[in-house]
Amino acid sequence: MTLDTVKHAAGTPDVDQPWAELGLKKEEYERVREILGRRPTGAELAMYSVMWSEHCSYKSSKVHLRQFGEKAPETDALLVGIGENAGVVDVGNGYAVTFKVESHNHPSYVEPYQGAATGVGGIVRDIIAMGARPVAVVDPLRMGAADHPDTKRVLPGVVAGIGGYGNCLGLPNIGGEVVFDACYQGNPLVNAGAIGVMRHEDIHLAKASGAGNKVIMYGARTGGDGIGGASILASETFDDSKPSKRPAVQVGDPFQEKLLIECTLEAFAEKLVVGIQDLGAAGISCATSELASNGSGGMRVELDDVPLRDSTLSPEEILMSESQERMCAVVEPEKVDRFLEICEKWDVTATVIGEVTDGDRLEIFWHGEKIVDVDPRTVAHEGPVYERPYARPEWQDTLQADDAAKLARPANGDELREQVLKLVSSPNQASKSWITSQYDHFVQGNTVLASPEDSGMIRIDPETGLGVALATDGNGRFAKLDPYHGAQLALAESYRNVAATGAKPLAVSDCLNFGSPEDPAVMWQFAEAIRGLADGCQQLGTPVTGGNVSLYNQTGEAAIHPTPVVAVLGVIDDVARRTPIAFAEEGQLLYLLGDTREELSGSAWAQVVHDHLGGLPPQVDLERERLLAEILISASRDGMIDAAHDLSDGGLVQALVESCLKGGKGARVVIPDGQDPFVTLFSESAGRAVVSVPRSEELRFTDMCGARGLPVTRIGVVDGDVLDVQGQFSIPLSELRTAHEETIPGIFG
Amino acid sequence: MTARIGVITFPGTLDDRDTQRAVRLAGAEAVPLWHKDKDLKQVDAVVLPGGFSYGDYLRAGAISRFSPVMDTVIEQAKAGMPVLGICNGFQVLTETHLLPGAMLRNNHLHFICRDQKLRVENAGTAWTADYTAGQEINVPLKNIDGRYVADERTLDELEAEGRVAFRYLDVNPNGSLRDIAGITNAAGNVVGLMPHPEHAVEPLIGTGRTDGLGFFTSILKKLVNA
Repeated sequence: MTLDTVKHAAGTPDVDQPWAELGLKKEEYERVREILGRRPTGAELAMYSVMWSEHCSYKSSKVHLRQFGEKAPETDALLVGIGENAGVVDVGNGYAVTFKVESHNHPSYVEPYQGAATGVGGIVRDIIAMGARPVAVVDPLRMGAADHPDTKRVLPGVVAGIGGYGNCLGLPNIGGEVVFDACYQGNPLVNAGAIGVMRHEDIHLAKASGAGNKVIMYGARTGGDGIGGASILASETFDDSKPSKRPAVQVGDPFQEKLLIECTLEAFAEKLVVGIQDLGAAGISCATSELASNGSGGMRVELDDVPLRDSTLSPEEILMSESQERMCAVVEPEKVDRFLEICEKWDVTATVIGEVTDGDRLEIFWHGEKIVDVDPRTVAHEGPVYERPYARPEWQDTLQADDAAKLARPANGDELREQVLKLVSSPNQASKSWITSQYDHFVQGNTVLASPEDSGMIRIDPETGLGVALATDGNGRFAKLDPYHGAQLALAESYRNVAATGAKPLAVSDCLNFGSPEDPAVMWQFAEAIRGLADGCQQLGTPVTGGNVSLYNQTGEAAIHPTPVVAVLGVIDDVARRTPIAFAEEGQLLYLLGDTREELSGSAWAQVVHDHLGGLPPQVDLERERLLAEILISASRDGMIDAAHDLSDGGLVQALVESCLKGGKGARVVIPDGQDPFVTLFSESAGRAVVSVPRSEELRFTDMCGARGLPVTRIGVVDGDVLDVQGQFSIPLSELRTAHEETIPGIFG
Repeated sequence: MTARIGVITFPGTLDDRDTQRAVRLAGAEAVPLWHKDKDLKQVDAVVLPGGFSYGDYLRAGAISRFSPVMDTVIEQAKAGMPVLGICNGFQVLTETHLLPGAMLRNNHLHFICRDQKLRVENAGTAWTADYTAGQEINVPLKNIDGRYVADERTLDELEAEGRVAFRYLDVNPNGSLRDIAGITNAAGNVVGLMPHPEHAVEPLIGTGRTDGLGFFTSILKKLVNA
């Protein structure tokens, strides 16, 4: 077979090329020809097809994502914003923190263990590529119905994959959520987040500059796994009529990645690296074109020098392979030897595959022949941009009119009791310890808080106690009812969760999981959610630093609930002041902060008791969220509260049960005068938290709330071993514990 | 004066920095040791920390056992130097036969991370002298290959000679025979256990307990008083 060189391509304009099979649309292929002034070579076609896929190019989402930049609040904290591998924020004392959430949804459905494992691997490499040591991971998961047989295939595999990879890397898993809903049956969401820590001066960027500098590939050898993963898997809707996609999922080797972390950090420490990029989706195509596009010059790559696992791979396959655990570094010539020595120390394969040139072309050679000659910007950054049509779906009004007010409510204390037990034992509200106990929380010795706390918290400076907190949230039911406010509720909940632990929210990363952008209704949900999130971040003063968009989470006509997962990062000056959720001290007073309205549409109660979704989600008041956060942070800093738990899905009663069980103490609760017990216990009004206040601090705490204008209501006391809602019902902790803790192992164990 | 305690890093070791911190918190000097280096840098004792050395490929601990540093560790351990193997370190010690038995996959087949209650059965080893025999402690446990097994005769011998150093209490988290969480050699200088004492040394971190610090203060006292 003739090698399809640049020269050959120029001389054979009429060759039929498999652009459609590679996922390009006709007009995109025409555009490539126009850019090059000839037909692309096979290798160029491979590069454009993966880099212009939805997953890599954000072609459908770009026009909306711009709002995160346009509406970004003024902040001094942001050191690196959107566009790099991950955003970086200043957390004080010369420390910088990088964090990001990404999706690995489609691969995890096809092959749960490897899909989830390599999701962790990918996000961790993004963190390393910024110059940081990864210090923790979190995993927001959305699964199909808990009792569906296929969920028994997907969830245990995903959990084992996350654990198998993350545990082996030595990263504590400190948070995330697991939500079951039939809408995710054919499209489970496996999002993965990671946090890294570095000194300000250690921040690295993905750019190739300085003509003559060497491009070094290191890590795993390149194999045939994951070829076309980006273009085929992440960018198309599943369809039964096509052959199995298993070969397009990559296989992870966490041991190799652990070596990659250590050897990269050692190279950073010796200041050997000019620019760095990890190899994820679109492999070498992405790394070389992005490095060159971000840098000042061009790049020349000898593809023959790429270490291979399979010597029969074609150049196109080498360019597209998504083999895991590979990185690309740009190193000054005189430092190459030392860089290779460090790789050798860690038994990591490293090879110079090219160099930065003073031109502006990315040129790739195979057997001495030029097979790629492109302007790297056209590959990496100037891909197609679509203004996809969007329209509010016709069914939205009907859905919103179907309010939860019409649903039958518990008529007396006995029925309330029964529904409380039903709620806390339902798969979504039940304890997830069967899942989280498969993740290492302790490794690195800096974990201050981990699941089921409101947010995970990691100490980053043992000298001063400086720490960071991270929470992820995203209620797809609320977003379905109203994508704009649903996205803001996800932000508000995550922000509140961070503040509840005593940390000050600083910045946001998001993973936007939606159906097909080719459906105007889905595109409307997407546009609304972004608008809501951007407006919300502007109002709360927390910039979006980066994230990920996952579209085509759809099987046939059925899209998932719009699911914007929002991660909020916070900082705490001294982790000794952190606030846990556990009610641990008998006699402490329980206060409810915020306003409780009758807001049950979209609630966990409506789902668990009535299998109902309709109406409008709870009201959003971001100024109130900010005030609540300030109170929670002040109270934590000044030692006024010993426990705090945010109120979200399942409302007050869910929070009370979790805090009681965590601390092993009961509570006597009094429904405030004039309030409806059912609404008080089950409503999901936002902007609320329950706190446990030592008697000695009561006055100081309530005075502070009063002075700042935050509604504060005494609702009870920590006491005994029973949850007693006076005049309504009482449930022994042992009964609550059985109800709460046996559901998930009962289904999956 | 203080003691110099070496902490070995194999490729894939995860808890080396945590162990160094625990050593320092106990008041000893932590000396990082590299697996390719036979030189133990005149340390007084060695810890083989937890992790997934060589990715647990082939069998947990089976490849690390052949690292150059292990030749010296085996030689010195036989000469009486205190050696502690935690989790993957314990697996490496059984692979070297410094300690008998082996670890299999947990009986429930899952990785398990939990706060585990243990009973210190033998407070006479180099690493447990700061505990009292029968003392109950809580330290984190986290592993997938933690099920201790040995043949009946070996188990009987271990019991008879008081070489079962730690036993799981309340819950046997992995199906270990006779609830064994850790053992010692006959001389009491080589100890291995699956749970992680180095993760229970600071009141704010992890489970918030400091029950594991005794391992490191035990060895420090022994070395300083020697």
